[in-house]
Amino acid sequence: MKPGFGEVLIAEGDVDLAADEERLVREFRRQLDAGLWAAVPLADAHGRRESRMVQRFDEIPRDAERVIFFPRAAGGR
Amino acid sequence: MLLALAATALVAIALLSDLILPRLDEGWRRLRARRRRLPRLDYDPGRELRAEQRARELLRSCVGEEEWTMYRDLGFIRVWGRQADGPEGSRRSGGAPYAYLVYPHRPIVAYLAQTHRLLGEYCIAFPDETRPYGSARLPDSDDVLAKWMALTGDERRLIAMANMHLPGRQLDPEQVRRDLWRLSQWERRRMRDAAHRPAASSADASA
Repeated sequence: MKPGFGEVLIAEGDVDLAADEERLVREFRRQLDAGLWAAVPLADAHGRRESRMVQRFDEIPRDAERVIFFPRAAGGR
Repeated sequence: MLLALAATALVAIALLSDLILPRLDEGWRRLRARRRRLPRLDYDPGRELRAEQRARELLRSCVGEEEWTMYRDLGFIRVWGRQADGPEGSRRSGGAPYAYLVYPHRPIVAYLAQTHRLLGEYCIAFPDETRPYGSARLPDSDDVLAKWMALTGDERRLIAMANMHLPGRQLDPEQVRRDLWRLSQWERRRMRDAAHRPAASSADASA
């Protein structure tokens, strides 16, 4: 998510392919190093939607469709 | 005589150089900065609209159908709280169910689900300091989605980071209560529609 852009595709790939996974891990780290938060939208057993905040690549479920990066929260006015 | 005056002037200049040189340097830098051509960061309504449309699609694809229609129809999303004794820092819920109203670019409001008593306002922002278009502000729907993800993903952390205020600091409590009333009306209508839908579809089938 970015001001003036909305959704921007950063990287995509298949985690079962080593080269793709390496690239995804690299991009994941780059976004977190830039200070962004990462979340994975999920559905629970009852179909209710929620998200999981992740800080490491291995916390992302293998079948996750996407990871969303967004600016870190700060106390507002 | 002339030599003595010149020597005195040189000594005076040398002594004053510590004061004069930084000012000259600063003046030169200011002059250069004024001349430098800065990129124009004009507000572009078309770009903002496209960004908002993309953000709405993303929000729709992440939250449930109920939350999406709630946002589309009412302009906010309700997120149920999960902490045993209510949100940190506010008037505690005493174990009663509570929820948050999530508005775009406005504080999150916590309230008791049954009595609609307001518990607190949580001011939170997601500033993008890269300011790609001179603004740190996400599109409205992205702001709602960021709050939804942070609340459902780690409610305690988000609430701890927020600036907590008593109800009424930024949002008019009467307006919030009206929104809660609109929400209850909206839910009743949905339940009524859902109850009528199977009957209508079976009637269609028999006809």
